[in-house]
Amino acid sequence: MREGSAHPLLRLLGGTTVAAILGFLILPAFVVTLAAFNGKAILSFPPETWSWRWFIKAIAYQDFQAGLHNGLIVTGWASSIALVVGAAFALALDRYRFRLKRTLELVLLSPLVIPHFTIGLGFLILAAQLGFARGYAVIVACHIVLVLPFVLRSVYISLRNLDPSLELAAASLGAPPHRVLTSITLPLLVPGLVSGWLFAAILSFNEFTASLFVTAQRTQTLPVAMYNYVREFADPSMAAISVIYIAGTAMLLIFANAFLGLGKVLNVEHSR
Amino acid sequence: MQYSVRAYVPGSLDPGGFTLDNFTALTKPLYARVFLDTIWICFLTAFFALIVGYPLAYALVRARHVALKSAILVITITPLFLGEVVRTYSWIVVLGNNGFLNTMLLKSGLIDAPVQFMFTRFGVVTALVHVTLPIMVIMLAAALSHIDRDYERAAASLGAGPIRAFVTVTLPLSTPGIIAGVTTAFAWTFSAFATPQLIGGGQVNMVANLVYQLGFASFNFPFAASLSVAGLVLAFAVLALMRAAATPFERIGAQ
Repeated sequence: MREGSAHPLLRLLGGTTVAAILGFLILPAFVVTLAAFNGKAILSFPPETWSWRWFIKAIAYQDFQAGLHNGLIVTGWASSIALVVGAAFALALDRYRFRLKRTLELVLLSPLVIPHFTIGLGFLILAAQLGFARGYAVIVACHIVLVLPFVLRSVYISLRNLDPSLELAAASLGAPPHRVLTSITLPLLVPGLVSGWLFAAILSFNEFTASLFVTAQRTQTLPVAMYNYVREFADPSMAAISVIYIAGTAMLLIFANAFLGLGKVLNVEHSR
Repeated sequence: MQYSVRAYVPGSLDPGGFTLDNFTALTKPLYARVFLDTIWICFLTAFFALIVGYPLAYALVRARHVALKSAILVITITPLFLGEVVRTYSWIVVLGNNGFLNTMLLKSGLIDAPVQFMFTRFGVVTALVHVTLPIMVIMLAAALSHIDRDYERAAASLGAGPIRAFVTVTLPLSTPGIIAGVTTAFAWTFSAFATPQLIGGGQVNMVANLVYQLGFASFNFPFAASLSVAGLVLAFAVLALMRAAATPFERIGAQ
């Protein structure tokens, strides 16, 4: 909340700046939507004719269908495994003190700063040396490493916001530790777990750079299929699928914001 | 898990015997230039993302209406989840010679011929700023929301104008967020691949593109691996340097 004393001119200036920045953020999505409904194969603004044909073409395109299918398999496994592993690590990091704790934290968060091409190439070479084919297992393993920091952060923050006296109360009423975990801790963590899973799923579904290295033609995920499409063709089908993508993601995020409170999950607001 | 990868990359250097030749080859002018270019692009991107991201983060934290706040939040972080390919493609549509921006400029009579945005550093940096902006805003907003507003009120009650209060109180207190944001933006840009590949189109090369070319065009995996290790080391070195350079600022923020 701004102070009432702020100069009106200053507020106007600030408002305009923020609006301009938001415009910059939305501009590509807006332009792509225009391009997707363009009736012709050649870009022109504003479009002379309007049509849905690129949407139909994009949905019917084999590689996009396969990419969606592969992407869902990879995302489902990777984000679910990452959730279990991440939640366990978050619990351990929050509750216990042990040697190398700091190191463990750094190792777990390191995929945030390690270039994705390094991770992708590393997994590719690792798989080749161990004699794995470029199958789903390698992609899933790669994605788990990539999304783990986000799950960890999300669960860790909701653990921090948890009132420890609730657990103490349960324990003092005679609940054994595992009962406390299943009937108090986990239910209270549900928002953090759900948002952690959601973040992991969205990120894994969209992951491109590392996926490019570890996927093969048969296992390519949607972003990889889209990348190949952009390199080969120039028609607005890509714009159409981008629009579907943007709409789907925005809807998921609005849903997440309404039900989970994104601000709290991202640690940008507090329930003070 | 991560250590295995990291330990493995150098280990894979020697399908044909251990050699340091790959690392010596890195110092060739061609590769050295790509490295310097990459660092420069990362720096520019992080800088502009900070300039653009700060007002947005400020508005996000200080917005009065819940609806406005949610709108800003969703608009800001949606791009984060779109993936590099969709966003880069969108920028191609915006920046291309028949693209949105050129058409608009031509129609408004500001220019007579399309301006070349694609395949230029300007185009790549613009798209990369767009890619890194959400994470920058999240980091800045997290720091800004932790600042106790009483400090600003104290400054105001002591007669500081809003601008003075911001520069002397809020800005220094948000330094940890600025450092975290710039560092992350730098690291993310460093690992960007699709943006320089598609918008740079071979004219603007970054380390990621070089690694991919070497790996999949010439199948020189050992060299690609040593390149990505070098990239990793370089990224960490620059980040460490940034941390070191920023420590005095952090101290100001802590006081």
